[in-house]
Amino acid sequence: MTENYEDMEFFAPGHGMCAGCAAPIIVKWVLKLSGPNTIVVNATGCLEVATTAYPHTSWRIPWLHVAFENSAAAASGVEAALRATGEKANVIVFGGDGGTVDIGLQALSGMVERGHNVLYVLYDNEAYMNTGIQRSSATPWGAWTTTSKVGKANPIGKLRPKKPIARIIAAHNAKYVATANPAIFQDFKKKVQKALSYEGPRFLHVLSSCTTGWRHDPSKTIEILRLAADTGLFPLYEIIDGDIENMRITYHPKKFKPVEEYLKMQGRFRHLLKNPDLVKKLQDDVNAWWEKYGYH
Amino acid sequence: MKVMIRGNESIAYAFKLAKVKVIPAYPITPSTLVPEKISEFIANGEMDAQFVPVESEHSAISAAIGASSKGVRVGTATASQGLALMHEVLFIASGMRLPIVMGIGNRALSAPINIWCDHQDMMAQRDTGWMQFYAESNQEGLDLGLMAFKIAEDERILLPAMIGIDAFVLTHTVEPVEMPEQKDVDDFLGEFVPHYVTLDPKKPATLGSFGFPQHYMEFKFGQWVAMEHAKKVIDEVFEKFANKFDRKYSKVSAEFMEDANIAIVTMGSMSGTAREFVKKMREKGKKIGLVKLTVFRPFPKEELLSILKDVPVVAVMERNISFGFGGAVYAEMGANFVNESKSPKILDFIVGLGGRDITFKTFEAVLETAERSLKGEKVDEVNWVDVNKEAVLKVEGSL
Repeated sequence: MTENYEDMEFFAPGHGMCAGCAAPIIVKWVLKLSGPNTIVVNATGCLEVATTAYPHTSWRIPWLHVAFENSAAAASGVEAALRATGEKANVIVFGGDGGTVDIGLQALSGMVERGHNVLYVLYDNEAYMNTGIQRSSATPWGAWTTTSKVGKANPIGKLRPKKPIARIIAAHNAKYVATANPAIFQDFKKKVQKALSYEGPRFLHVLSSCTTGWRHDPSKTIEILRLAADTGLFPLYEIIDGDIENMRITYHPKKFKPVEEYLKMQGRFRHLLKNPDLVKKLQDDVNAWWEKYGYH
Repeated sequence: MKVMIRGNESIAYAFKLAKVKVIPAYPITPSTLVPEKISEFIANGEMDAQFVPVESEHSAISAAIGASSKGVRVGTATASQGLALMHEVLFIASGMRLPIVMGIGNRALSAPINIWCDHQDMMAQRDTGWMQFYAESNQEGLDLGLMAFKIAEDERILLPAMIGIDAFVLTHTVEPVEMPEQKDVDDFLGEFVPHYVTLDPKKPATLGSFGFPQHYMEFKFGQWVAMEHAKKVIDEVFEKFANKFDRKYSKVSAEFMEDANIAIVTMGSMSGTAREFVKKMREKGKKIGLVKLTVFRPFPKEELLSILKDVPVVAVMERNISFGFGGAVYAEMGANFVNESKSPKILDFIVGLGGRDITFKTFEAVLETAERSLKGEKVDEVNWVDVNKEAVLKVEGSL
């Protein structure tokens, strides 16, 4: 067993992330579990902007930012250099949903296909939050954003469902892929540890709430994220070696809560609650997913 | 040892001799042979390096930044659209002061799509903060490739560099090249030492951080100063190279210029044809000379001032165009003389775009216009040569 660094902080306090943002919780715990022999590559986004205002930094491990869409490629280069020199270190990417699921998807696909020994952590707050809440392909159906506005002609908001990025990456035969949620902490922790234990391309899709974009009370972050799991809206599973057929669901809510409980805590879904048909559609979608995959 | 190699191989051999550790590259005509050759060197056990077969040029230069940040020597190659796709990231490589070296098979940009030679691809990257070298021959491609590492990695500089080798005319053409011995290259380059902060878990550092207005300009001024330093360091490295390998380079080379009243300015492979033309004209008693630019960034201001200050007419021939003004070299040449008390008449000749051949006929047309200017006749400042102007003007509605 490797050394335990859980009492140490590699992501220093005093950064500029919002109170109630889930991303720092995710980052700090991934680093506690990876330890100091780690190189981080960070995509452009809130996390990068709010933690590295020159000449200050929140990072007590080596950290690299290149641009928005190319973190997976930059990490490929870091990892190739490690191979060239024979050094061993964890290479971990932190990217948001825009930088991962939209503009960074090509670089990520390339990194995984080439088999780089990199752990890619997507912290998914389901929109372009750094630029002010624009819809991304990770924004769920029915969410209001500043580019999926709700009005007379569109009572729904975003009209398309969320891109299933974990399954897309798993389909590349990635070594390890899992969805995770910091509010389901033991499951989250186990998956980070498991991901760190493997060699090869690994991908963690972690749900991360955004107080300003989701429009919620900053003290309710963990509560809301727990509801994402307990309503079944964000299922937690893992896929090893691209074996999607044998995807394993790692968290089964004892009793599913109605999606309404999750929706009503967030301003971005407020409009849906005015229309029971829309809430029902979402509930039906969740039920259908669990009916189809819930036995895994 | 003399070998027969293509221009692309001159870049690949430069990387091999320089013991480059990471080569992320993506295929594109006409530079594809560079990654092919690297792949072959590695497969044969002749090169101890990591080839990263990335999924795009954007990722090639991004991976190059990642590897260089880790503190190893990095090289890559591309051309044309591939270089254009890298554009955004080129600024980041230079802004982060990473001494990456890149071979460019100079090729025209779309549209219309065209795979042949011109310099538009590299000229469009003029302001990205990379040093720019242009090779006349495959020998120059190899030599400049090696020297680029020494220059880029110098602690007074720390800027990336690109070496242009003309599409097909050099990239695919076999020429005799003197291949340096490995031990001499080792001796010339020395062990790779990154004179910059790297990604090291033992000494954690934050690279590529967020720069607010109170710091940003100082970073940019640093790049400016480094590029100024490069002028001197390039001369030093050229001299060291000449001492070691007995091949002389200069940022600007002047031939037949002692008494010249017309100077032809060239870059890249057209310089060879230009030299033969100038020799032939000299036999006819015409006082023309040749000025070849090997380095375009940093712009060799002082050298050009001293070579051209007393020349009545300077004919800049270039394989690029900035629509709405003229060629890039012409613009800079003009700016170079604008504060001088005495300036030559500077004329621009747009030639050889998209692989159109540059022949003696081209040079004759250039000389004819330059001679008219010498006689005091008013001529156009920007001249398109070997173009069916009539047909185009008819379509564009100017006739």
